[in-house]
Amino acid sequence: MTIAELAKQGKFVITAEVGPPKGVDIQEMLENAELMRGKVDAINVTDQQSSVMRLGSLPVCRLLIERDLEPVFQVTCRDRNRIALQSDLLGAYTLGIKNVLCLTGDFIALGDHPQAKAVFDLDSVSLLRAARELEQGKDLSGNELAGAPNFCLGAVVTPGADPLEPQLIKLEKKVKAGAQFIQTQAVYEPEKFEAFMKSIAHLNVPILVGIVLLRSAGMARFMNKNVAGVHVPDSLIQEMEQAEKRMQKSVEIAARLIKDMKSMCQGVHIMAIGMEQRVPEIIEAAEL
Amino acid sequence: MIISEAKPFPEILKSLEGDQRIFIVGCKGCAEACQTGGETQVLEMEQQLKQEGKTVVGHSVLDFLCDKALVKFKLKPHEDAIISADSLLVMTCGIGVQATAAVVDKVTHPGCNVVNVGGSRGEWRGDERCMECGDCLLDYTGGICPLTACTKSLINGPCGGAKDGRCEFEPESRECGWHLIYERLKKLGNLDKMKITLDPKDYSKMRPPQDLRSTIMWALERREKEASAK
Repeated sequence: MTIAELAKQGKFVITAEVGPPKGVDIQEMLENAELMRGKVDAINVTDQQSSVMRLGSLPVCRLLIERDLEPVFQVTCRDRNRIALQSDLLGAYTLGIKNVLCLTGDFIALGDHPQAKAVFDLDSVSLLRAARELEQGKDLSGNELAGAPNFCLGAVVTPGADPLEPQLIKLEKKVKAGAQFIQTQAVYEPEKFEAFMKSIAHLNVPILVGIVLLRSAGMARFMNKNVAGVHVPDSLIQEMEQAEKRMQKSVEIAARLIKDMKSMCQGVHIMAIGMEQRVPEIIEAAEL
Repeated sequence: MIISEAKPFPEILKSLEGDQRIFIVGCKGCAEACQTGGETQVLEMEQQLKQEGKTVVGHSVLDFLCDKALVKFKLKPHEDAIISADSLLVMTCGIGVQATAAVVDKVTHPGCNVVNVGGSRGEWRGDERCMECGDCLLDYTGGICPLTACTKSLINGPCGGAKDGRCEFEPESRECGWHLIYERLKKLGNLDKMKITLDPKDYSKMRPPQDLRSTIMWALERREKEASAK
C-alpha cells in the first residue's frame, strides 16, 4: 500500500531508508532492507545521496519490489533534465514503483564529482507538477502519453529552518503541486516541531517526522555546525557524551523522540545512516 | 552591448497590478541603442501607462544604469518622486533592474528581457547578475535574480541547504539567494510574489536569436571594421 493510502487509513506510517552502494555489490544493502521487513511500511532509496555517485535509486527500488518490500523512489533534480526525469518517472511506474519522493538535491560541489555540470532544470515544485501532468496523460510540453502512470508523491521540508517562513511558502507550493506526504529533515526538539505542525495544520497533508540516529556527541556537534535547519540541544549532546553504552543510548534517544512526537504527526521517517541494523530496535523501543 | 527587447505591454501592465503611482527609469547605454529603454521609449511608456489610468510620478533616463553607485547618485535628485511612487518600472537589462532595486527600497519591475550580452559587459559584473535568459523573472523576486543569486538557479523558493542565510556551497563567500529574495520581498511587503508557482523555465529562450549569432566576429573586431569603413 502507498504511504498516502496508509495515512488515510489512520495508520502511523513508518519509513526508513537504504543507501545504494558505490558499486554493484548489493548484498549488504539488501540484508539491511531485509531486517526492516514487516517492521516498516516503506523503504526510501536515496538518489546519489550527498552528490556522491552510486548505484541508482531506480534499479534498487525494483530490487526491493522483487523481494516484496515497498520502496520510496527518491528523485533529485541535480543530475537529470526534464526529459530524463519524466522518462525515469514513466520507467518507475512500469517497474511497479508508486511512492516517489521529489527533491531538489544537494549541490554538485559537495560530492565526489565536483567537476560535474549541475542540472537543476526543474526544481522540487516543478518536478511534482511534472509527475502530476504525467498522471493526467500529458508530458510537460503538453504532448499526449500512451498510457498514464499513477504515483503517490512526496516532498520534504526542514521544520528547524531559520527563518522558517520561506520553507513554509515552498511547502505550500509543493502541496499545491501535488505532494501527498511529507518527510522532514531530522528533528531533535519536540517543542519546536509542535509549533511547526501547528503552523502547517491548514495544509492537511500527512507529515512523517525525520529521525536521524545520533551516533556520538561529535556527530551532533558536526550537524549543529554544518547541517542546515538541524539543531541537537546540549542536553542530548551531554547524554551521548556521558553514555557508557553509546549504541544503546542512541537507540534510546531516537525512540524517545519518536514517542514524544508521535501524537503530533502522522508518521516517522528513520534515517539510520550506516546503522540500518538498528532500525528494528528503535521501532521496538518506541513501541510502534 | 547588452541586447534587450521590450517585454509585451500586457505583461508589464500585469506586473504593475495594484500599483497606481509609477516612476520610470531608462538608460542611455545599451537600452537606448536597442530602443527599449531610451528617452523615446520611456516617454512612450509614460503615455501608455497614463492611458491605462496610471499616474507616472516621474522618470529618469540615466547614463549607465549598470553601476550601483552611479545609479544611487543619479537618482538622488528624484528622491521625492521615487518615495511617492508605489513602484518603479526599469526599462533596461536585468543588471539595471537589480542595480536600481539595490539602491531604492521599492518594488522594481523589469520592462525588458535580455536576449544576449552581445559583446562588452556592464560596469557591474553583469554575468554574475544576469544570465541573458530571455524571460526576466525579477518582477517575482524583489529585483534579485534567482538564476544568478541561487547556486542551483531555483525559481520556486529555497532548497533546504541554506544555513544562517549562507549557501551550502562556499558559505564563506556565498549568501543564499533565496534568503536575500525573501528578506527583500518581506521588507517591501511583497511576500505574496514568492507564493506564486512559476512554470519551469523555458531555456530555449537562452539561445541568442539567429541574427545575433550570424557573425563570426568578436564585438571589438566588428567595431574596428565599422570604424575603418568610415
